[in-house]
This record gives sequence, structure tokens and C-alpha cells, in this order.
Amino acid sequence: MGVFKFASCDGCQLSILNLEDDLLALGQALDIAYFPEASSRMEAGPYDIALVEGSITTAEDAHRIRSVREQAIVLMTIGACATAGGIQALRNWADVESFKQVVYPSPQYIQSLSTSTPISGHVRVDFELWGCPIDKGQLLRIITDLLAGVRPRLSADSVCIECKRRGNVCVMVAKGIPCLGPVTRTGCGAICPSMGRDCYGCFGPTEGARTGPGMPPNTASLAHQFHQGLQLIPIEVVRRFRGINGDTESFKRESESWEKKM
Amino acid sequence: MAPETRGILPLADLQRLLDTLHIRGYRIAGPTVRDGAVMWETISQISDLPIGWRDHQEPGRYRLEQTGSAEIFGVVHGPQSLKPFAFAPREPLLQIKRAQGGFSAHPELPEPEKVAVIGARACDLAGLAIQDQIFLNSSYQDPYYAVRREELFVIAVNCTRALPTCFCASMDTGPRAKNGFDLALTEIDNQLVLEAGSEAGSDLLSALSLPLASHNVIGEAAARVEACARSQVRRLDHTRLPQALYDAYEHPRWDDVAARCLACANCTMVCPTCFCHTVEETPDLTGQQTEHARLWDSCFTQEHGYIHGKNVRPTIKDRYRMWITHKLASWIDQFGTSGCVGCGRCITWCPVGIDLTEELPALLASDGRQSAKSTSGNT
Ligand code: SF4
Ligand code: SF4
Ligand code: SF4
Ligand code: SF4
Repeated sequence: MGVFKFASCDGCQLSILNLEDDLLALGQALDIAYFPEASSRMEAGPYDIALVEGSITTAEDAHRIRSVREQAIVLMTIGACATAGGIQALRNWADVESFKQVVYPSPQYIQSLSTSTPISGHVRVDFELWGCPIDKGQLLRIITDLLAGVRPRLSADSVCIECKRRGNVCVMVAKGIPCLGPVTRTGCGAICPSMGRDCYGCFGPTEGARTGPGMPPNTASLAHQFHQGLQLIPIEVVRRFRGINGDTESFKRESESWEKKM
Repeated sequence: MAPETRGILPLADLQRLLDTLHIRGYRIAGPTVRDGAVMWETISQISDLPIGWRDHQEPGRYRLEQTGSAEIFGVVHGPQSLKPFAFAPREPLLQIKRAQGGFSAHPELPEPEKVAVIGARACDLAGLAIQDQIFLNSSYQDPYYAVRREELFVIAVNCTRALPTCFCASMDTGPRAKNGFDLALTEIDNQLVLEAGSEAGSDLLSALSLPLASHNVIGEAAARVEACARSQVRRLDHTRLPQALYDAYEHPRWDDVAARCLACANCTMVCPTCFCHTVEETPDLTGQQTEHARLWDSCFTQEHGYIHGKNVRPTIKDRYRMWITHKLASWIDQFGTSGCVGCGRCITWCPVGIDLTEELPALLASDGRQSAKSTSGNT
């Protein structure tokens, strides 16, 4: 297994290190051949499994991801950045040149693309793990499945289902807090509502790839409820959907439609 | 039940009832205020109960208010019914281990526990009766449910205040607790009228050796429950069910409600009768063992409609139609009762406030065009 980093905060790689006892078992079950975040031992490919963290934001990375793909039998993205472009995809609605001028004393040295794009925009991806950061249990599960030769399958239900199974009180109904749980895919264990706050959609839209007319996620109805029922003004609705997974198709469509109402 | 079996207990003496249950080895679960709603928690003191609180419920909205009164059971209900007590949200079923030339499976039955629930409403009792029918009284008895259900002691509270979302009167399930309880309480002014509904309940009642309730007090308690029934503003007219809903299969109203529905499944999670479940495996990394567990599921998920290579309910419309049609129509064919007990939880806890008492009449109203299905359905 190799672990590769692109534009990201390293939080998902830390989730691997946070596996604690299971990390030892993982090290026994497979050879962690390339993981610069954890070890200076870096072996050349090919790899059976490549875990990729981060999005593509430079021309160099756009090139490097191809070489990772070529060396990997199974390529799996880990986290919102690699899977959906991440929070840095906010640049896709902004002017990167002007940011460079403001932030850096010598902007001419910064070589950055004007967009942040998911790995799947560049190479074929076999499996996607959502979340910011990923859930370490899901990671372990997917590796367990790969080792057993079973096709990994993660639930794409709403966060609400797990939220109710955990016996949480709904923050949206009982407190009027705009929660993205109904349109966000499960996997985290409904952490945020368990802490009395709203889900902000870090696991991406429900039913990910299987979208189409009349299918979940019904972002339009939820956005309408945020506006009509919970009195969010259009810019606030835009900000709800334009977050960590703002560049996924359904969330993007929703934020752009509310941008027109601003 | 004859009036002799009714005792009267001043509110302040409720602690005696709790203590007696404790002595008999029960863990007591009662309504407590948590995170802006009432939820079942383990309690030991009267002060753990939501004294002076009232709930306000409307489609998609729930709020608690402290009135400053001494009322103990002023909150009608929270999102949980009695469902989680017997049908656990996640139930480990089997530990499966690899063995020489095969595998072995060990059932993991829950530890038997004596639990007394205080504060169940008539709709909750009706919901539990339906769950019993599904998990216990069919040809396949569920041993996990049976263990949890066996030692459940149910103390019901008769409703004297209805929420705007309640419609148990029209479903004939409340607001008076008729059966399915061990003990039932009616709170009037500063006292509780107690009534036994089972052998175990009578036994507890006699252990408390309470003064008998007078005819006047019993009459007053009954009158308040009656008034509660009359005050209900929502109702569900089920006289034409199930057939009318089957005939409405192609009604355009399904599209309207599907445009609002999030397929989030909150309605089915809070519904006291919904019993769908899925199973999941949690294997360990070495592939030597796996835990096989049961989880609450819902007809609003993608997997629920997945059958041999095809999803038979891909759209939200398909799923909402499945839910309502099962709940209000085919449930009658399947189990002989409606799948709805009129608690109103699905109305309150739907994040966008979809109200089945509003959807049903709209679905049964003539849509001004004759659909193929309804013609054939009437022959
Ligand atoms: S708190 Fe959020 S995730 Fe939980 S049930 Fe409510 S809307 Fe769904
Ligand atoms: S509740 Fe939502 S925002 Fe919070 S961890 Fe889960 S998916 Fe992410
Ligand atoms: S369908 Fe709604 S009102 Fe009827 S029992 Fe279920 S939650 Fe209660
Ligand atoms: S009816 Fe309401 S609670 Fe039920 S799935 Fe639809 S949006 Fe969710």
C-alpha cells in the first residue's frame, strides 16, 4: 500500500495513524511501502493499493497523479479534497490571481491552477472515501474488504438515519438550526448532531454517484426550508451548500441557484 | 376495569412508586429534558422528570416551554416512542468465527434487564402492540426482541392535553390507554389516579396500599381524557382504505409531495410501528471473525428498493408512495390493522414538515382524470 498526498491538510492521513491498535494489525496484514507522512522508508511502486489524499491544484500534481495511477492496481481517494475538490475548491468561484497578489509578497513564484479538482477529474478512481476527515472505521472496513477480495460497499443513506439510531434530538426540528444531514451521506456516525450542532455536509451528498431526476439528494427542498422555515437569507443558503463539498454536482447546482436570488 | 383497582397518589408521593420499582429490581426509564426535547433516560428521582415543561409541536417544529407549574407529565412526547426498548436501533445478532473447514456462529442475545418505562402514551402502547405482533406473534418469533420485551414494565400516562399534531382519536388508539400497560396514570391537579392493567401492575398497586380513588375523581379523570379526544384538530379518515389508496397509485399529488420529501427517513425512524431493518457485517482485518448485526432501516433508503440487480424504487416519489401505501393501506391487508397509530411524530420530526393527514385526503381527492390503474382497480 502506498499513501500519496496532493493539496490537502493531512488530516485524512492522520486518521490512518489514529487507527492505533488497528494500525499494527494493518501493518501485519499488508506492507505499507510508501507513506512519507509516517515513515522515511519509501519504496518504489507498483502498489496493490494507492490511497490518495488531496485535490489537484497545480500543473505538476495533475501530472503526478497520472504516475500514481499507473503504479496502482486499486486507487482509492481518501477525504473530501481528493473525492470532491475539498474546501479549496471555493477558488473555483473566485479569482485566484487576485488572492496571490494579496497573500504573497512575490506572487510570481506561485504556480497554481485556477481550480481545485477531484482526483476523478484526472484519472480513473476505483473507490472513494468521503469525509473531512475520513472515518477511520470506514477506512479499515474498505481495506478489510479489499484484503478479503470483496468489493467494498459503503452505505449512501442520509446522516439522519444514523442520527436517529443514536437517539439524538434533531437540531433542525428542536432548535431551528439549518442542518445538512438530510442530504448528506452517512459514514461519520452523525458526530455533529451528537454534539448538538448541525451537519455541514463533510461526507458529501447522499447517494453520491446515483443521482438523477427525482432521486436524492433533494437539495432544493432543504434549501427552501432553510429559507422559508428557518429564515436564512439567500447568501446564507449559498454558504450552507458551498462548503467542504461545495463543488459536488448537487451542492454546486443548489448554491448557484441561490446565488441568483441574492 | 373496576374502580376498586384504582388508587390515588398525591404527586409528591410519586417517589414511592419509583422507589418500589427500584426495590423490585427495575431500571426506571422516564421522560427527561435533553437537548431541547424529552427523551427516555434512566431516572431515579421525581426531579428527573420534566416538571412544569410542556411541548409545542407542529409540522417540522418542536419546542419545549417551562410553564412553572407542578405538572409532571405535561410534555406529551418526544421523538422516541417505546420502539427502541424492544426493537433496538442496533442489535448484534451473531458472532461468526472461522473454524476448521468452515465457520461457527454464536447468537449474542441481549442481557435480560428489568426495565420499567414511565410515561408511555396510548399511541405508544398501540405502537408496541403492533411491534409485538410483528416480532412475537408471527410464525417467526424474534428471540432478541423477546428478551428485551419480556421484562418491560409499562407505566402509561393518559393524555389530558392533545398536541396539534395528534390524531389518535381518529385512529381509535387513544388518548385513553385501554390495554397493553401494567399501570396507567392520569394526572389531575396535584394527584395521580392509578389503574392496574396487568397482574404485575395489580401487584405493584397493592404493594403501594394507596387510598382508593373516589367516584368523583375517577369521573373527573375520565372527563379530561374525553375532552382531550374532542380537542384534537387533526384526523385521518381511513374509511375508504385500503382500496382508495391503491386506486390513487397514479395520482399527481405524489409528484408534489416528492418534490418536498428529502428521503431522509426521519419519519420512519420516529414511527412507533415501522419495523424495517437491515443487517451488516463487521469483519475484523484478519478475516477470522465477523459480527452480524441488525440495524433500523427505512423504505426511504436506496438499498431498501434494491432487488437482484435493479432498484425498484429509485426515485423519492417511489419511496414516499411505498411508505404511505404500506403504512395506511397494505398494512391492513398484511396485519389487519392500520400501520399508523396517530401519534403525529412523523409530522413533527420531518425536517420539512410533511404531514400525512394532509397528504392522504389530497391523494384520495379526485384528480380530474381517470388513470389506467384506478379503472382496473375498481373492476
Ligand atoms: S439533526 Fe440533522 S442529521 Fe440529525 S435528524 Fe436532524 S436534520 Fe437529520
Ligand atoms: S455530521 Fe456532517 S459535517 Fe459532521 S462529521 Fe458528519 S458528515 Fe461531517
Ligand atoms: S405514521 Fe406518523 S402519525 Fe402514524 S404512527 Fe407513524 S409516526 Fe405516528
Ligand atoms: S416525509 Fe419528511 S421525514 Fe419522511 S423522508 Fe420525507 S422529508 Fe424525510
